[in-house]
Amino acid sequence: MHKKVLMSGNHVIGEAAILAGCRFYAGYPITPQNELAEYMAEHMRKTPGGIFIQAESEIAAINMVLGAAAAGARAMTSSSSPGISLKQEGISFLACDELPAVIVNIMRGGPGLGNIAPSQGDYFQATKGGGHGDYRTPVLAPAHIQELADLTMDAFDLADRYRTPVVILADGMMGQMMEPVIFKTPPPRQYDESYVLKGKEMGKSRFIRGLILDAIRMEEHNWKLYRKYQVMAQKEVRYEAHLIEDAEIVIVAYGTAARIAKGAIKRLREEGYAVGLLRPITLWPFPEKELREIAKKVNSFIVFEMSTGQMLEDVKLALEGRAHIDFYGRPGGVIPTPAELAKVIAYKARRNER
Amino acid sequence: MAPKGKIEIDEELCKECGLCITVCRTDNIAFSSRLNSSGFHPASFKDNGKCTGCTLCAVMCPDGAIEVFRA
Amino acid sequence: MKKVYSRPKSLKPTKFHYCPGCGHSTVHRLICEVIDELSIADRTIGVCPAGCAVIAYNYFDVDMIEAAHGRGCAVATGIKRVLPDRVIFTYQGDGDLAAIGTAETLHAANRGENFTIIFINNAVYGMTGGQMAPTTLTGQFSTTTPFGRSEKLDGYPIRVSELLAQLPGTVYIERCAVNSPLNINRTKKALKKAFLYQMDNDFGLTMIEILSQCPTNWKMSPPDACRWMEEVMMKEYPLGIIKDVTAIKGAE
Repeated sequence: MHKKVLMSGNHVIGEAAILAGCRFYAGYPITPQNELAEYMAEHMRKTPGGIFIQAESEIAAINMVLGAAAAGARAMTSSSSPGISLKQEGISFLACDELPAVIVNIMRGGPGLGNIAPSQGDYFQATKGGGHGDYRTPVLAPAHIQELADLTMDAFDLADRYRTPVVILADGMMGQMMEPVIFKTPPPRQYDESYVLKGKEMGKSRFIRGLILDAIRMEEHNWKLYRKYQVMAQKEVRYEAHLIEDAEIVIVAYGTAARIAKGAIKRLREEGYAVGLLRPITLWPFPEKELREIAKKVNSFIVFEMSTGQMLEDVKLALEGRAHIDFYGRPGGVIPTPAELAKVIAYKARRNER
Repeated sequence: MAPKGKIEIDEELCKECGLCITVCRTDNIAFSSRLNSSGFHPASFKDNGKCTGCTLCAVMCPDGAIEVFRA
Repeated sequence: MKKVYSRPKSLKPTKFHYCPGCGHSTVHRLICEVIDELSIADRTIGVCPAGCAVIAYNYFDVDMIEAAHGRGCAVATGIKRVLPDRVIFTYQGDGDLAAIGTAETLHAANRGENFTIIFINNAVYGMTGGQMAPTTLTGQFSTTTPFGRSEKLDGYPIRVSELLAQLPGTVYIERCAVNSPLNINRTKKALKKAFLYQMDNDFGLTMIEILSQCPTNWKMSPPDACRWMEEVMMKEYPLGIIKDVTAIKGAE
């Protein structure tokens, strides 16, 4: 067990990754994730076998990660929203080639160049595949710095276990803010090395490819990936239920928005509103069953996002009309206060009662 | 005098590009009248006794269809 | 009689899918001959491009990976940095290397990545059906330059080798061709030298540009294509060593 230290989110991701055995990092500067690349530049090169490359673009960075993954390294890249758009080509290739990698998105306001303020506008991109083709990536959404450290380590294990790219979806606030953190000692890496290209050595030559011209075989590959995703959907759902037991209204929020929601809940409870929170930690797979379970007792949900309503669609799909769903969102880099959210929820609660 | 060299052409690999014919200095290769399974008239060795086993045809052949033997 | 020439061992006994007279398969064979002569088949990893050679792994009996269009040098960078004692080559066409992958190529060269680029220049996009490539000659017809490439509208043919030779990260660049037995043998020597350099050093990019005939998209017979390359294409892309700061003298 390591000592408790005070660190910023971006640095924490870097340190957790190195502790988890990540030995290859390629990145490209973009605010608000620069501190992560800078941390890797210093600490990867201090770590035996550690490789840091400042790539010429986000596209190059993700493809370097693909090469490193094929060569057997634990590899990671990071960026922020516009840069993640550029990485989608490589993420799709990683998914198709079934190579493990970790991609960190420290989201900022969008679309377009947007701004550098924290936002949650990349939910669709992260959870619905993002690049071309029929694939998914597990998406981990931390809400505090300790969780950021733990999930970064877990992301590498998930990537290895399912041989898939894994996305860590945080925002500028998570990347920039400092909190105390205790780094765990992760278990040693366990993975099936059979796919790793090292030169054929004494065995047969192998290849890693994504081009399958025969439609029937490509279909088979798609179903194979789909089955893998089904297993993940069964086994890898994570969430936090906060003050759900007696709740009459449940907020659904993730990441930074969930932190704000907790502040709002504190105020609302003081005012007599029985409000709880369901915080998905994995955005994909999404805690659908858990939401439906809550809907057996609760008839009023409010989805709160720092976007115009993206996770909202997943909540609607999960609940299938079982409960009333409200939405409150602040896109474009605005960070609402807990007081603001509390006011909105109180207003909606009174309106719904009428 | 016995010929100094000979070639063997894998007719199934041949695609009738004719590059071996253009580089042969002893006019020893010609298209066959037969068709291979891909529908090409494969190059075939005339065996006119002048082959030196120089390997130019095999070096030129894009399909790696020619093996060269030398006495 | 003794067998003096046959397919190299590292070339799988598979029939090539390339068009009749195509230069790709000749280059494949030369790479395999070099791999065999240097006894490095067990530690070579190749990077296939998007393009006609996208299924090159069907022919090379070494470990291979496919890269997205243009990203060969980035993928190779990742592999080589993780496995510095392996021999890494990318196999890239003109569209892959000189259009969509210009940034990846240039920066791999600028970082002096220690792998070998095998750059197939046939002045056209082959796989997609003969569109203009960055290397298409001025006035040359293609499906997207139906009136001939115009410098004013379509830009100039890019000489990638000369461009990369400016960078201190490149150590050996030679332009070769596969249109005649003589040029084919020179190409093989150049490939061998590049691989040898890579094996003995830990820094510096080597690139062999190979002019390769594309009879189908040039709409010529294979012998005519080889002649056209000699008479027309080599005027724009003269053969020879573009840059050589290696100490290796004439690999045999």
